[in-house]
Amino acid sequence: MNENIILRMNNISKSFPGVKALQKVNFEVKQGEVHALLGENGAGKSTLLKILAGAYTKDEGEIYINGKIIENMDPKTAEELGISIIYQEFSCLPYLSVAENIFLGRQPRKSNGLIDWKKCYEDSKKLLDRVGLKVDPKTLVADLKVAEQQMVEITKALSKNAHIIVMDEPTAPLTQREIDNLFLVIKDLKKQGVSIIYVSHRLVEIKEICNRITVLRDGCYIGETEVASVTVQDMIRMMVGRNLTDMFPRSNAEIGGKMLEVDHLSTADKLKDISFHVRRGEILGIAGLVGAGRTELARAVFGADPISEGTIRMNGEVIKINSPSDAISYRMGLVPEDRKRQGLILRMNVKDNTTLASLKSFIRLGKLNLFEEEKISLTYMNKLKVVTPGIFEKVNNLSGGNQQKVVLSKWLCANCSLLIIDEPTRGIDVGAKVEIYELMNELVRGGLGIIMISSEMPELMGVCDRILVMHEGTITGELMRDKFSEETIMAFAAGQHPETEEDKNVRR
Amino acid sequence: MSGDKSKNTSFGTKILLGIRPHLMLLAALFLLMIIMSFIAPNFLTKGNMLDIMRVNSIKGIMSIGMTLILLTGGIDLSIGATFAVAGAVAASLIGGGYSDYATSNLIKLPTLIAIIIALMVSAMIGMVNGVVITKLRVEPFIATLAMMTFARGITYLYTGGYPINFKPIPDSFAWFGKGYFLDIPVPALIFIIVVLVGGFVLKYTCYGRSLYAIGGNRETAKLSGIQINKNICRAYIVMAVLSGLAGIIMTSRVASASAVAGEGYEMDVIASVVLGGTSLAGGKGTIIGTVIGIFILGVIENGLNILGIPTYFKIIIKGLIIILALGYHAFSHTSKKRKVTV
Repeated sequence: MNENIILRMNNISKSFPGVKALQKVNFEVKQGEVHALLGENGAGKSTLLKILAGAYTKDEGEIYINGKIIENMDPKTAEELGISIIYQEFSCLPYLSVAENIFLGRQPRKSNGLIDWKKCYEDSKKLLDRVGLKVDPKTLVADLKVAEQQMVEITKALSKNAHIIVMDEPTAPLTQREIDNLFLVIKDLKKQGVSIIYVSHRLVEIKEICNRITVLRDGCYIGETEVASVTVQDMIRMMVGRNLTDMFPRSNAEIGGKMLEVDHLSTADKLKDISFHVRRGEILGIAGLVGAGRTELARAVFGADPISEGTIRMNGEVIKINSPSDAISYRMGLVPEDRKRQGLILRMNVKDNTTLASLKSFIRLGKLNLFEEEKISLTYMNKLKVVTPGIFEKVNNLSGGNQQKVVLSKWLCANCSLLIIDEPTRGIDVGAKVEIYELMNELVRGGLGIIMISSEMPELMGVCDRILVMHEGTITGELMRDKFSEETIMAFAAGQHPETEEDKNVRR
Repeated sequence: MSGDKSKNTSFGTKILLGIRPHLMLLAALFLLMIIMSFIAPNFLTKGNMLDIMRVNSIKGIMSIGMTLILLTGGIDLSIGATFAVAGAVAASLIGGGYSDYATSNLIKLPTLIAIIIALMVSAMIGMVNGVVITKLRVEPFIATLAMMTFARGITYLYTGGYPINFKPIPDSFAWFGKGYFLDIPVPALIFIIVVLVGGFVLKYTCYGRSLYAIGGNRETAKLSGIQINKNICRAYIVMAVLSGLAGIIMTSRVASASAVAGEGYEMDVIASVVLGGTSLAGGKGTIIGTVIGIFILGVIENGLNILGIPTYFKIIIKGLIIILALGYHAFSHTSKKRKVTV
């Protein structure tokens, strides 16, 4: 029975200065299975995988590949043993062709030492067929969609004859259709005997695609089990030691009058005739598929992108927003979807990021009052429970959840009354998610209005008072809390009218 | 950007905290000075020290502007040309300025007004740079490369290629380059003022913080309500005015303006700013670092002069030192990055 265990990691421990990242962790993967590695951020998943890839050396424990003990794991050995990792940030070179990327550094040579392009393209074609990617191997990677680039990464792993492929959050950047396709490829690889280690925060997907799971918490091994025998709730309990019912705390805020009203808003390229409003004390959700125009709507309202038509009213007054600084002067704030590229300045410390949108309010006698800045940032750091050594720590060194809290601090510090939050919990672990929801609730209780854009249905249905659904740049549906249902939202998001029974049958 | 933790820290502690990230550089500077004092006995004399101050204050003034530019993630190659334009305009307008090219002798104005006009011309150059970069979205490297050629061409056109000399130079103008104030050479004094103002702007104003934010992450800065274009334009205007100021001081010091003045200065200035720890990628850098960077290059040049090393060798040695220093910088930076984060 042990024959088909391709990878076994026994009692792996690893410490960094001041932190025990892993303590006696066990992990085993069978041949031809999809094995999920679960845990909150900081649970030790990446450390374990980096030890597997030879990027870190273990302090203790043994690694067996095909029953053979591997003493010194380094990146080269790992590659020779057929271990391949596909990171969240792809490592393809955009201005080289697909074939060049696949065979980078290992191009087939002719006898005279020059690259054998004919063979290179032919081999690429064969490998691409294995993952069902129908592109010309001569295409530049930069011209491919994200999902296709991911397939090229997988192809590259296959070309190295990988037996174990690690996928780190592979579905994060993909649309539903692309995810379905990826799953087909994964199932196919499984049949070909390739083992896949699957890391994701999307537990529903794990239910769908994985055979077994191993759960880590705070660097410790919690357990291993068949996916079929557990529910999503069980998985969460294993990861955080708490129940799903606690996941979405309700605000019970008093919903007041209309604050933001948007009428017939259009932009040159995406949005068509959008009208909606947000009330004080309300969390308004915006659902929709990737590309439906949700982020574009947020950016247009916030003045980051120009609008071609329409009026925006704030507290009944028509306002003109030409830039984010105009929006901020009307006390709006935007927490963007990509916090590292749009929400934070990674090189700056917690304090400077917190005060970034409200610098002018710290001017005393013609100069910035640094002391005041430090005091206020410290207040928000404590209020939002940002885990950091101090306000002078660079935000780059913070975990995802804490970074998101710093972005929120920035808008609280700017005293905003309407907050637009785009994907509030993307890439954040479960524990921090709950904290963010609680914070949002506290804010609406204080009279703020919140617009929340999200791709995660349970989150929208759990947190929002009302949900708008978008499809191809228009609003196709609006649901009050008592009418929330995943099917209705999906139908609106697909541009259908969910009222008829027929449509429902088509969806499910 | 290392801040002081409490309001009550004394001025001395503040300076120490500001210097702390630059200890390596400062040590290098002192080491260099010690070596120089051994090879060249008259290196450490008061006269020579003041000379180093005076000579380097000219590029020093420009380097403060360049620090602002690099912080935004930009670069300005046109500063040498702006330097020449301002020098020529000032010299042609000030009484006593004389050239074989007739147009340079037409209008004569009071010294102060002439200087203001020269600075305004510089500001115009900076504004054009800023507008081309922000509105036309031309890469700063290309935009200012074009301006470098253009402004240099204008200087040739304006002077006819003839130098403008003074016969004689008015005292009011000579004071800028040759005068003393309380035993300190005036150019050095102006440099010190520019350094203090620059340091204040970066640390204590919204504008300064905006520059760090823009260079650190332009999209984030924009979404946080910072007006990117306005702030970038301002940086190029400040840069050009400081270059103009440096050009005027130089003209006063050598009592002559020429169309070839300041050629290659942009490279020296950029090299010393980067040597001082400012990142070419933007978002990281300090005035203190820049000042140290300027003096490291300045001391080397001075030492080579005292030793009487021929110019050609001097250039080679300078180039080598810049490569070594920046190479070390980049190397220590990447090895720091490799530190494991959990």
